[in-house]
Amino acid sequence: MIQAKNLSKYYGNFQALNQISFQAQKGEILGFLGPNGAGKTTTMRILTGYMPPSSGSAVVAGFDVIEDSIEVRRRVGYLPETVPLYPEMSATEYLTFMGSLRRVPDLENRVADVLSEVGLHDRADSYTGNLSKGLRQRLGLAQALLHHPEVLILDEPTIGLDPAQIIEVRDLIRKVGSDRTVMLSTHILSEAQQICDRVLIINQGKILADDTPNNLQAQMAGAERIFVRTTTDEKTLAKLLGELPGVEEVVRVAGGVEVSGPPGKDIRPQLARAIVEAELDLLELRASKVSLESVFLQLTQEENDRDASEEASE
Amino acid sequence: MRSTAIIAAREFRRYFISPIAYAGAAIIFLALSGVFVLNIGFGLPTGQMSPDGRMVLQPLVFVLILVTPAFTMRLLAEEQRAGTLELLLTAPVRDWEVVIGKWLGSLGFLLVILAGTFIYPIVINQFTIPGIDQGTLLSAYIGLVGLIAAMLAIGVFASSLFASQAAAYVAGVGIILGLWIIGGIRAGSSALSQAAAYFGILNHYYDNLYQGVLDLGDLVFYLSLTALSLFLASQVVESRRWR
Repeated sequence: MIQAKNLSKYYGNFQALNQISFQAQKGEILGFLGPNGAGKTTTMRILTGYMPPSSGSAVVAGFDVIEDSIEVRRRVGYLPETVPLYPEMSATEYLTFMGSLRRVPDLENRVADVLSEVGLHDRADSYTGNLSKGLRQRLGLAQALLHHPEVLILDEPTIGLDPAQIIEVRDLIRKVGSDRTVMLSTHILSEAQQICDRVLIINQGKILADDTPNNLQAQMAGAERIFVRTTTDEKTLAKLLGELPGVEEVVRVAGGVEVSGPPGKDIRPQLARAIVEAELDLLELRASKVSLESVFLQLTQEENDRDASEEASE
Repeated sequence: MRSTAIIAAREFRRYFISPIAYAGAAIIFLALSGVFVLNIGFGLPTGQMSPDGRMVLQPLVFVLILVTPAFTMRLLAEEQRAGTLELLLTAPVRDWEVVIGKWLGSLGFLLVILAGTFIYPIVINQFTIPGIDQGTLLSAYIGLVGLIAAMLAIGVFASSLFASQAAAYVAGVGIILGLWIIGGIRAGSSALSQAAAYFGILNHYYDNLYQGVLDLGDLVFYLSLTALSLFLASQVVESRRWR
């Protein structure tokens, strides 16, 4: 549904995007993760037909964003970073205006439906200027959903919301994302981890990683580490576990030991059995996950270091 | 064209809840009523003034030069400031449809005001015998519609240039005043001064249309000026995509 090929964008001399390529399938929720200024909004603006790339091409919902910009815009729902509302219009008037520009059939009913979908039906007649930040965000989302778009592009959809609203909006995105393509940007790592099927990590206009959140974690973890705590002292425990087949490394950590096994193989049952057979009291046994956060920091840090060393060598 | 009509209708309705639109309309009618009362009360009885339906039109033109850019300054500048332009430009609407829709909405509102100014000639017609020259009045009003259309289009262009309404207003008044002053350079018969006289925005009005000479050339001038301004405004809006 989204195919971007070698997209570059310059603002004057500043290169905001550097030859990025990626794609997204139908039914996929693609997360766009990166620090501020990484090129997320620029990419989204290109995909929505707001502005053309300096070079490269993109096909969205089967149409080229430069050649068939209008056709692309018909099929895309877009929530910009700052939710664009007309303060003098009521929520219903606003959606009716946008819906008529998008030629939504049976508009009156559709506006009512979409308002209740985002939980704004009781504020249908409120002026958009009087809505709270969270409600404005939801109205923006309603505007993006109004015309049943095949592709939904959301620029930081949960920014400025309180925790309860964030959960609501995430649920909503998951719900609407089941039968269309959703691309959303965020710099909240746990958010990408929770709602996205696939994550693109972008920094300084370049894509550093493109994979599922789980694979990204696994990739960084190398092998999975398992934290074990028993009533015995760590030294005895480390000795016991270190002799087990399939255990590659045992590290003593605060309160217990961390055991790593071969990649892709779960050694937890083995560990549990060995501990019980040795008649030790098992208190805790869990996989200590590498968070997406550390993946992200490591990738962007590597990139920045490389740039720094390149500059130094020049 | 349907998108244009939708945007025009929204902008037209927007004027009726806009304080600036009401302030502009109030200035126009206060100025005209003042002039009208002075003319009726002093000009006519002393014979300094003959009964003429156009007696309010000269002050109206002057007030419009200062007021029309206030009606248009919001149209594109505010959309840029609030970020709603991004919304319009990612809707399946062409840039020129947005620009023309905005201009049509403002033209609609100004035509309502213009219709309101008809009250003065009607009153004069009632109280004079044999009445006023209605043909001349009609020509003057048709010309005024052309002049207003062109001034609004210039205002829309000025509004496309800035994200600040104040800057858009100053630029709009500046361009219109410039085109007025150019027309004052009539001295000499050089090609330059003739060209200057041609581009004088008020010359076409006062030389012909106001005098009852309904010349197609003058209307074409206003139409061209309107088209050029709206074209430039569309180009400016489109250029935002390339920055």
